Amino acid sequence: MQNQKLAKQLMKKSKTARYERFGHLLSLSALLLIMAIVLGIIVFVATKGLSTFFNDHISFKDFFTGTLWNPGTKTPSGHQAVGALPMIVGSFLVTILAAVVSTPFAIGTAVYMTEISPKRGAKILQPVTELLVGIPSVVYGFIGLSVVVPFVRNTFGGSGFGILSGTFVLFVMILPTIVSMTVDSLKSVPKYYRQASLALGATKWQTIWKVVLRAATPGILTAVVFGMARAFGEALAVQMVIGNAALMPHNLVSPASTLTSVLTAGMGNTVMGSLQNDALWSLALVLLVMSLFFNLLVHFIGRKGAFKK
Amino acid sequence: MSDPIITADNLDLYYGDFQALHGIHLDFEPHQISALIGPSGCGKSTFLRCLNRMNDMIDGVTITGMVKFHDQNIYSPQTNLVDLRKEIGMVFQQPNPFPFSVYDNITYGLRIAGVRDKQKLDEIVERSLKQAAVWDEVKDNLYDNALSFSGGQQQRICIARVLAVSPSVILMDEPTSALDPISSAKIENTLLELKKEYTIIIVTHNLQQASRISDKTAFFMEGRVVEYDDTSKMFVNPDNKQTEDYVSGRFG
Repeated sequence: MQNQKLAKQLMKKSKTARYERFGHLLSLSALLLIMAIVLGIIVFVATKGLSTFFNDHISFKDFFTGTLWNPGTKTPSGHQAVGALPMIVGSFLVTILAAVVSTPFAIGTAVYMTEISPKRGAKILQPVTELLVGIPSVVYGFIGLSVVVPFVRNTFGGSGFGILSGTFVLFVMILPTIVSMTVDSLKSVPKYYRQASLALGATKWQTIWKVVLRAATPGILTAVVFGMARAFGEALAVQMVIGNAALMPHNLVSPASTLTSVLTAGMGNTVMGSLQNDALWSLALVLLVMSLFFNLLVHFIGRKGAFKK
Repeated sequence: MSDPIITADNLDLYYGDFQALHGIHLDFEPHQISALIGPSGCGKSTFLRCLNRMNDMIDGVTITGMVKFHDQNIYSPQTNLVDLRKEIGMVFQQPNPFPFSVYDNITYGLRIAGVRDKQKLDEIVERSLKQAAVWDEVKDNLYDNALSFSGGQQQRICIARVLAVSPSVILMDEPTSALDPISSAKIENTLLELKKEYTIIIVTHNLQQASRISDKTAFFMEGRVVEYDDTSKMFVNPDNKQTEDYVSGRFG
């Protein structure tokens, strides 16, 4: 009798097993939902973006190499004026320049925070960088508009709006991202590498330069790529200082535009399904593909540089 | 008996308020292997790190007394730490090659010292890897990441890395405790070869290892040197009762 009861109990699913299953289903459905959303966004942007080429019969060549952007009108040579090259060039220029300016600053700050004065780093610099991340981009843009643009105008001439101002604003915006990720990667360099280096007669500086930074290079590259992804996707702050002229930039202080700035400026002013609207979606598609590319790059660097242990 | 190359004289060390070493007196003779043995926490590794001032990096450490290297007190303010550590190299418990190629690992010490001559670097790489008895295993993969080799090979690469800067003394902090017996045996043989040219001071938990390879043995207990003598005497007929109990396995 007793045994039968026990056997029956054992055959049934226990309470914990049901909880287990419930939790499993819950997290699985959350995952599926997110995957569906991401996939949905990609498919939506792709169909919209590609319809410029397939419905409106714009050639890829005109889009990627044309330098005249005024969808709905024609260029003097009779093509549709949907040349996105100025925006693509603008986006890449501000991104690359901002990364080039930020990286040395970020590495310097991170080295100070982890190697030279960890206590002060944790007490002062850590909260400061976190604060910088939290400032809304419109505030950056506003400061850029009222400080950076006049500064550039007075120093380099021109209107002050342009790639250079965009670079300065993005430099401050992506600095905390690169700093905090570089700090993480420096911290993950094992202490015994430093000891080994010092025991071989290296100075502290040589140890930082030749061992710590070198061992952390994959992590630092990842940080820079993340910063670039952020700069590439930043819209508002850049739009406020770059001048928003869909022209090929002649120099760093002439008004220009980026993919994001044209998108934010134009998205409210077009009719769904029109060429003007489709062309904007194509810009969005270029942005999306670039973000995916940055993500893949990060994965690739991360996998290649992981500490084998 | 030749003159000692390193002498510790009345060395005290404090971690904050805790005294970890009490008045250590020890002389180490050149071209010998000296083993430091004793139970965990007895201060033998702490003492070893005093000999090339690796304890300087730890916060709250105070050291009094003297360590003389060729009659120079290494704790005098004139000591150049960089020069000191080139003379007194160190091999750690965990194999810790840098995550670079074997070649870059071996040449690291030379490059930071300013050696640029490729031919000279090549020669030294080959010589040190041969001395560390790992040349045959890595010679075809000199440009592979050092971390891709086995633990025993990594440790011998670390030994070669120290040998490359031609120190006169090599400190070893339990260099085989993280390795399998076969790799350990290889390293022990390497050490017996190396003592012809170098002075080796080794901390070990493995009493058999100490008795196999060392010429002299110091037995540490609670921050003091209980006994220091020829290894043959220490393991067969020690003067001190505690030493006898420890080497015969009655405690520790």
